[in-house]
Amino acid sequence: MHTGVVAPLDQADIDTDQIIPKQFLKSVSREGYGDFLFHDWRTEESGAINPAFILNREPYKGASILLAGRNFGCGSSREHAAWALKDFGFRVILAPSFADIFRENADQNGLAALSLEESVVRELLARAHNEAPLRLTVDLEQCIVADSGTLITSFEIDDFRKMCLLEGLDRIGLTLRQAEAISSFEQQRWPNRPKVAPESF
Amino acid sequence: MIGDQPSTLLDKIWNNHLVHADPGAPDLLYVDLHLLHEVTSAQAFDGLKVAGRTVRRPDLCVATVDHNIPTTDRSLPVLDSIAHRQMEVLRENAQSHGIRLFDVDDERQGIVHVIGPELGLTRPGMVIVCGDSHTSTHGAFGALSFGIGTSEVEHVLATQCIPQRRPKAMEIRLKGDRPMGISAKDLILAIIGEIGVSGAAGHVIEYTGPVIGSLSMEERMTICNMSIEAGARAGMISPDPTTFEYLRNREFGPNSDEFADLKMEWRSLKTDDRATFDRRVVMDISDLEPQVTWGTNPGMVTGISGRVPNPEEIEDEEVRDSTERALTYMGLGPGTPMESISVDRVFVGSCTNGRLEDLREVARILDGKRVHSGVHAMVVPGSTAVRRQAELEGLDRVFRDAGFEWREAGCSMCIGMNPDTLSTGERCASTTNRNFEGRQGRGGRTHLVSPATAAATALTGRFTDPRST
Repeated sequence: MHTGVVAPLDQADIDTDQIIPKQFLKSVSREGYGDFLFHDWRTEESGAINPAFILNREPYKGASILLAGRNFGCGSSREHAAWALKDFGFRVILAPSFADIFRENADQNGLAALSLEESVVRELLARAHNEAPLRLTVDLEQCIVADSGTLITSFEIDDFRKMCLLEGLDRIGLTLRQAEAISSFEQQRWPNRPKVAPESF
Repeated sequence: MIGDQPSTLLDKIWNNHLVHADPGAPDLLYVDLHLLHEVTSAQAFDGLKVAGRTVRRPDLCVATVDHNIPTTDRSLPVLDSIAHRQMEVLRENAQSHGIRLFDVDDERQGIVHVIGPELGLTRPGMVIVCGDSHTSTHGAFGALSFGIGTSEVEHVLATQCIPQRRPKAMEIRLKGDRPMGISAKDLILAIIGEIGVSGAAGHVIEYTGPVIGSLSMEERMTICNMSIEAGARAGMISPDPTTFEYLRNREFGPNSDEFADLKMEWRSLKTDDRATFDRRVVMDISDLEPQVTWGTNPGMVTGISGRVPNPEEIEDEEVRDSTERALTYMGLGPGTPMESISVDRVFVGSCTNGRLEDLREVARILDGKRVHSGVHAMVVPGSTAVRRQAELEGLDRVFRDAGFEWREAGCSMCIGMNPDTLSTGERCASTTNRNFEGRQGRGGRTHLVSPATAAATALTGRFTDPRST
């Protein structure tokens, strides 16, 4: 269960180049990307803060729920987008739909990317602008979004994703439980793979 | 057929790679080839180390440097110390785990999606992954090939498997004859314009129809490459004699003894006649024109004789808003004819259009002519091998004589992580795959076009139908 301030970004097709521009992908760490989230929207050309951008304004600076248009996170596979959103303080992204790779990256980092009905998103976007700050509660266990105890909408999520998000499962560990199946698969497989090991190894 | 069930190409490859299936959980798929590059792998290797894990199959991994390397003189040091560090880390990781690396001084270096096919690493029927969304390129060979995030890169390094939900299968069938002078890039831009940038979300696209069968492998790669721009994680084309011919005599391809057996296997990699797709789109391409994007995503596209749209004529509020926003960013007025828009830069290259056929097409149009005086143009070959071959054919002379810069291989201005970028307000005709805001440099304005249109545009300084030059 998470309760927090909602930041509305009413745009469709927000791509990962906007979420974290390429000049910030040169780090070899998973941390410290929050400062560069939506960099070209948050800053002026000069580098100064753009006071008009929503995440630079009170009460949205401390928002932990992002509300956006459809197909959020399209484009590049950079996981830095999920890292940046999480590092900034977001815990939940609500949108009518998400790009496939982004949603997977969000899942991997415990960032809940949840799809709501488009009409509900539009209503919430309007409310988030008009009654700032809109605070919502997202209950992943019950699959509902509520406002001060009043149910707004429910959402669907498959049980496996839900379990991973709630329990922060070690996905690699899960796969390694199938080590035997992997080994036997490797022995049976057809020889349709290139031989690329370095000669020196 | 799988058992008695007619099945799609996607189903066949999927079932061939299914290691384990648990009800309710994603399927576990085996990965035949894992491609790595400097930008999305460091954190994955680090994660392995922290967890005390190793690389399960270094012999099925291949690494290269492409995203942030300079395309200027390779004998000079890399001035960007952070980019340099990222390349160093890849070297260390490849070395310590025994992974083959095609480094900056290797003649096999290049954009990961150009060298995979070129070296014969990519084969029909494989599952291929890479921490890069344009991994869809390899689907041109009838492989299931998709981009993954860094946590998934770590997962594949540790287990050689990837948990995946089975995507839906979508057929995009092209009908009609391809008009003269219409490139694969025009076809895929028109497809994205038709179905939209999320039109194939949750699906793997299989491209079908006689037009697809008539395309060269390089053209097929251009089409599959941009499947991700329609929201599909992968695109694929069933392998045929064109595919088999391409695969002969490649350094890491099958040897002649293996070839006959594999070809038998590969021939079965097609969607059965009675198999059904979850979704089907049929597009008639008979009247297609060269395509040019006007906005800030690849679906915002029109024919070269078309005009920039007028937001006031758009009913859907969200589409109207995004159109208005795109026109503001692009500095374009409603109704502007595309052919009247002038450009400052022309970029030829990328995993979409940086292969030899693309360069030959550009040279054919440029031959003996000069770039318009106001235009700064460059060609960045997709791989060092493409560069060498282009030089053998004298294409570099044609480019240089026309006033183009001729660079070393890499991703370059497609992503602008190296010094090759647009300045604010600069407008570029680009053979790349993404015209997102700031993609080629903050404030830069990217228009996606085919290599032929890029070349014709370089000569006149404004968007030009290559069929008229």
